[in-house]
Amino acid sequence: MNPRLEVRGVTKRFPGVLANDQVNFAVMPGEIHALLGENGAGKSTLVKMIYGVLHPDSGDIQWNGEPVVIAEPSTARRLGIGMVFQHFSLFEAMTVNENIALGMDKPGDMASLALRVRKISADYGLPLDPDRGVYSLSVGERQRIEITRCLLQDPKLLIMDEPTSVLTPQEVERLFETLRQIASEGCSILYISHKLAEIKALCDRATILRSGAVVAECDPGSETAASMAQIMIGEELTSVERRAGDTAGEARMVVEGLELASDDLHGVDLQGIDFTVRASEIFGIAGVAGNGQGELLQALSGERLIARPESIKVDGQVAGHLSAGARRGHGVCAIPEERNGHGAVAALNLVENVVLSAHHRMNLLTSGFIRRAEAKAFTEAVVAQYDVRTPGVATPAGSLSGGNLQKFIVGREIMQNPAVLVASQPTWGVDAGAAARIHQALIDLAAAGTAVVVISQDLDELMAISNRLAVLNLGVLSKPIDTARVSVEEIGLLMGGVHGEAETQEPADAA
Amino acid sequence: MRLKIEPRLEPSAALLYGTPVLAIALTVLSGFFLFALMGYEPLTALYFFFVAPLLTLFGLSEIMLKAAPLILIAVGLAMGFKANVWNIGAEGQLTCGAIAGGGIALWLWGDEGIWILPLICAAGILGGLLYAAIPAFLKTRFEVNEILTSLMLSYVATLMLSALVFGPWKDPMGFNFPQSRMFTEAAILPIVLEGTRLHAGAVVALLIAVAVWVLMSFTIVGFQLRVVGLAPAAARFAGFDRKKLIWLSLLASGGLAGLAGTFEVVGPIGQLVPVISPGYGFTAIIVAFLGRLHPLGIIAAGFLMALSYIGGENAQVEVGLPQAVTGVFQGLLLFFLLASDFLASYRIRRMP
Repeated sequence: MNPRLEVRGVTKRFPGVLANDQVNFAVMPGEIHALLGENGAGKSTLVKMIYGVLHPDSGDIQWNGEPVVIAEPSTARRLGIGMVFQHFSLFEAMTVNENIALGMDKPGDMASLALRVRKISADYGLPLDPDRGVYSLSVGERQRIEITRCLLQDPKLLIMDEPTSVLTPQEVERLFETLRQIASEGCSILYISHKLAEIKALCDRATILRSGAVVAECDPGSETAASMAQIMIGEELTSVERRAGDTAGEARMVVEGLELASDDLHGVDLQGIDFTVRASEIFGIAGVAGNGQGELLQALSGERLIARPESIKVDGQVAGHLSAGARRGHGVCAIPEERNGHGAVAALNLVENVVLSAHHRMNLLTSGFIRRAEAKAFTEAVVAQYDVRTPGVATPAGSLSGGNLQKFIVGREIMQNPAVLVASQPTWGVDAGAAARIHQALIDLAAAGTAVVVISQDLDELMAISNRLAVLNLGVLSKPIDTARVSVEEIGLLMGGVHGEAETQEPADAA
Repeated sequence: MRLKIEPRLEPSAALLYGTPVLAIALTVLSGFFLFALMGYEPLTALYFFFVAPLLTLFGLSEIMLKAAPLILIAVGLAMGFKANVWNIGAEGQLTCGAIAGGGIALWLWGDEGIWILPLICAAGILGGLLYAAIPAFLKTRFEVNEILTSLMLSYVATLMLSALVFGPWKDPMGFNFPQSRMFTEAAILPIVLEGTRLHAGAVVALLIAVAVWVLMSFTIVGFQLRVVGLAPAAARFAGFDRKKLIWLSLLASGGLAGLAGTFEVVGPIGQLVPVISPGYGFTAIIVAFLGRLHPLGIIAAGFLMALSYIGGENAQVEVGLPQAVTGVFQGLLLFFLLASDFLASYRIRRMP
């Protein structure tokens, strides 16, 4: 039998980088094939070539045994290749049906499309109401739109790019059932991820990429997560050391009755948030993104000022009225979720990016003038200590890979020796090696007496590093729970919250 | 085969700094054909336009005289442009500065004292600054687009100046011409180069441009302006106050435009007249971009733009070119600059 898709000797070069080097792999009909690799290993480049967004410099792609040139995504769709991107391309103000029609080459009339959407989505366990506005849907439901859009075109190969990074554990399980069903009907699935447990649970075969080249092909079922990780990163994975016996000290950050209206039309308002973080403690805030996480970071870091300043106290002092800059003076440092454009300015070099957030605490100014030598020395220290791979400190932040830029930002904030550190999604989109390093750095920081708040939707992460955690759902924070005494499933149920309720409610007319 | 425009992976550094040169070359080249089409000897016309003014001390001093207000205004505008604050109304702020500075000169008419000129300059700065405070207030308080408010206020300022020189400030001995009395000597900028019109204000303008360069490149204030323009969310993260920076950049550009207007009326003009600027406030926008929003680049761009003014006048006298040619040249220059800028960040690829 011919493979559904075969990639032979594909090479793609960008200025200064060899993104794909002589890549070979094949996906059989009905197979769920994993493409595994760290960030920057070349997975995205490879699938973009398969989907016609990029074009290989050399090598060829075969479809059912025939060589094909995939000039554009529409060519790929005509062949029967569908792709669900990590970042959805949906218009929030439009309905599900309108969004699906927009992404199709030949949508036909809207009424019959709506019928097909209902049928297909119900058949595959992805219930969707075509008439609902996208803004009212959870992330999981939005992903269903993208999947349904692909399924409507009767695909022979479905590419899923990091599909679970935004889902609750229950939603992940549900997605896997759907994917298994799709595969059982003969459609091949190319599944891109760096989450090893998922690949073990779902995939038939795995191709592992490192630095743009295929380093191994394996059967995930017969490998352990550790062995795959080792192949993937090419070095022994250092496991995170957690402190035994937590000896949290006095309260460093006290939040009481914090309220903040979202400045985003579809954002979530924070309502009556209470929590206390003590010295030497990592406090986790779990929850699916879009439940007020962004607003919470803004309120804690001082990016937006709250109405009642006494809602936030740092080391016993009222801090809610202080701007982000003044709050840093009091020792509150933050790591925002978005690296480019929020935590760092892509067009500025690393030294300038150090000046951005460290000039308050690291004494980088003399009467308004930037002390370049000191800023450069601090930057070099961050780069050296946090293993930031960069040609130099004069390199623009935007040219660093995601993981390296994140290590830089984390290092920049931690090395300012904060009293309180608030980190949002500190390892989002970061490879396993860098993630382990960042986790270790946060644990070491807490051990030295800092109160650390980690906002994350990665439960495994919070279970691994935090002492206590609470779930933020629709702007309300649950009671904190001790991570040593709670299961992932229990937290998953809390995280699902109202979204979970919406899912158990099948649309009445879907049957 | 068809052509496709696609973004470059990273902007080409060579093109980024090469585009001003490329734009100038293309402008000269189009000028060549333009003159030929209009029936002039192209090389002669170009010679009188671009070369002859550079060959005499008088020509050079006139270029510097014209360049000074352009540079002064453009460095102020560039501070705002860097921060995504678009003050398009420098012409109005220039006019208000001239009214304030000229008003002091008329008020102290006939008085002596070295304190008079500094007072006039301070009043000029204040006049432009206060006029720019209107769009700043509207922007920070009500999020009103400063492009519209500052531009529309320009026309208001011109009318205010007219109202004054046609009315209360008209020279009583001036045969009913719409102009004020000639200012007395204590209110006139000293000439720095004997036998020319080059005044001390031109030197001050260059010093201020260098000071703005220091501010933008070496201080936290300049850094904040750049960050706010490049990444507003990162500026918020760092705790930079966006409203304060909007105020700062509008007041600074307004104040510098006001000073430029004052230098004109207490310099080469010597009195208040209905029209005190041949559009310096608008031309300075071209100068700011031609100079890549960098104060030192703006100094070079200011001289180039001044050359186009002086060269245009020279060509009118020597070859009989129409006055509109100067405007056409400035338009061509901006057009080519923007067009070649586009190529620095995009490339055109042939599709099979």
